[in-house]
Amino acid sequence: MGNGFTLDWAYAIDALPILVQGLKYTILIAVVGILIGFIIGIIVGLGRVSKNKFLFSISTIYVEIIRGTPIMVQALYIYFALPMILGIKIDPLVAGVTTIAINAGAYIAEIARGAIEGVDKGQIEAGRSLGLTKFQTLYRITWPQAFRRMIPPLGNQFIISLKDTSLLTVIGVGELTRQGTIVVSSNFRAVEVYTAVAILYLILTLSISLGLRLIERRLHVK
Amino acid sequence: MIEVKDLHKSYGDLEVLKGIDCKIKPQEVISIIGPSGSGKSTFLRCLNLLEDVTSGEIHIEGVSLTDKKTDINKIRSEVGMVFQQFNLFPHMTVLENITLAPMIVSKVNKESAKQNAMKLLEKVGLADKANVYPEKLSGGQKQRVAIARSLAMNPKVMLFDEPTSALDPELVGEVLTVMKDLAKSGMTMVVVTHEMDFARDVCDRVIFFDQGIIMEEGHPDKIFTNPDNDRTKSFLRKVL
Repeated sequence: MGNGFTLDWAYAIDALPILVQGLKYTILIAVVGILIGFIIGIIVGLGRVSKNKFLFSISTIYVEIIRGTPIMVQALYIYFALPMILGIKIDPLVAGVTTIAINAGAYIAEIARGAIEGVDKGQIEAGRSLGLTKFQTLYRITWPQAFRRMIPPLGNQFIISLKDTSLLTVIGVGELTRQGTIVVSSNFRAVEVYTAVAILYLILTLSISLGLRLIERRLHVK
Repeated sequence: MIEVKDLHKSYGDLEVLKGIDCKIKPQEVISIIGPSGSGKSTFLRCLNLLEDVTSGEIHIEGVSLTDKKTDINKIRSEVGMVFQQFNLFPHMTVLENITLAPMIVSKVNKESAKQNAMKLLEKVGLADKANVYPEKLSGGQKQRVAIARSLAMNPKVMLFDEPTSALDPELVGEVLTVMKDLAKSGMTMVVVTHEMDFARDVCDRVIFFDQGIIMEEGHPDKIFTNPDNDRTKSFLRKVL
């Protein structure tokens, strides 16, 4: 290769302990963020299909604001702007998890809305005509069917959210991408180190894909 | 047992039911016939408030459905409904479809709910399908399960909304047979149908709906052989 460039993977291997440290944060932020985002998503998604105007409106406003702004701006806002407004200090890690949670929440809300609306109206009528209450029908009939429909797009969102954690570099969270950058700034081995970073992300996302495929097979998702 | 007074139903500006008066006696088997868009399905769906009523009154065994204080879930648990599209719950087995409402709504314990469900499945000839998911059933089998599911709540009256319209012709018979047995057993039934043979042979009374009102009603012999109303005549000419 030109410019006297040679590959030396020893640099990547040397960097591994530092990268793995970042990997732990990436996993932590992704798992906690997605989990909270999932709960937010279900609640807001129910708000989006609610006939109650107030619930529908606040859910819609939330979804539109989050979907309409870049996640990096959201992270910067939560870490730098919000503490000024509220007069509190916020830990980068907490800010990172919050960012992933509220961002994933908005997208999962739309996934949930689509899945709930996709359940045939006749199912609800059948439940109600048997004397089930609104809530019992939702819990026993609509929700189990909606959840099966949610799994494939949900898997997609999990992968997106996981990758989005790399943007938290801008608020100084010591996640995988930031750790990689730190190593590169000291040894200048961008190719080896960022290749290692990319492979670590790929291992995580492929694991999610594989896990979801197993769940889909289990639940007979079509 | 069911008394309907001056029932009106509108969707926006469109008035679908324009003042229906109707009394249904216990054990009576009634078929509602009429052209599509005549309001017959809407009328049926009003009887368990799947459609909310614009004005008028419905009483079932003296309880007003339109009274805000009435527990509508309790009324619905006593009024069985069978749909054109079966509406079985696809994520549950046949047995679970049938035991769900008795267990949740009537708080029957699992064992007796199961036993009762098996009895009903035998009645509709599907005891061997108890642990099968609905997707494995034919349309006729699905509808028979749906009937068993409704019967599991021991309803006082059964409403059928075009129960055979979505079936292949060769599967209609098995569903009608179950309905005939049910009629013989003394169940009060209101059936919206295009099956004129069923209306003629099984029902005590035929109600002809047209343009949102009851145009004519009477004993099937009278309606089918010598109707008074011209619209009834022209409708029957087309379908018979």
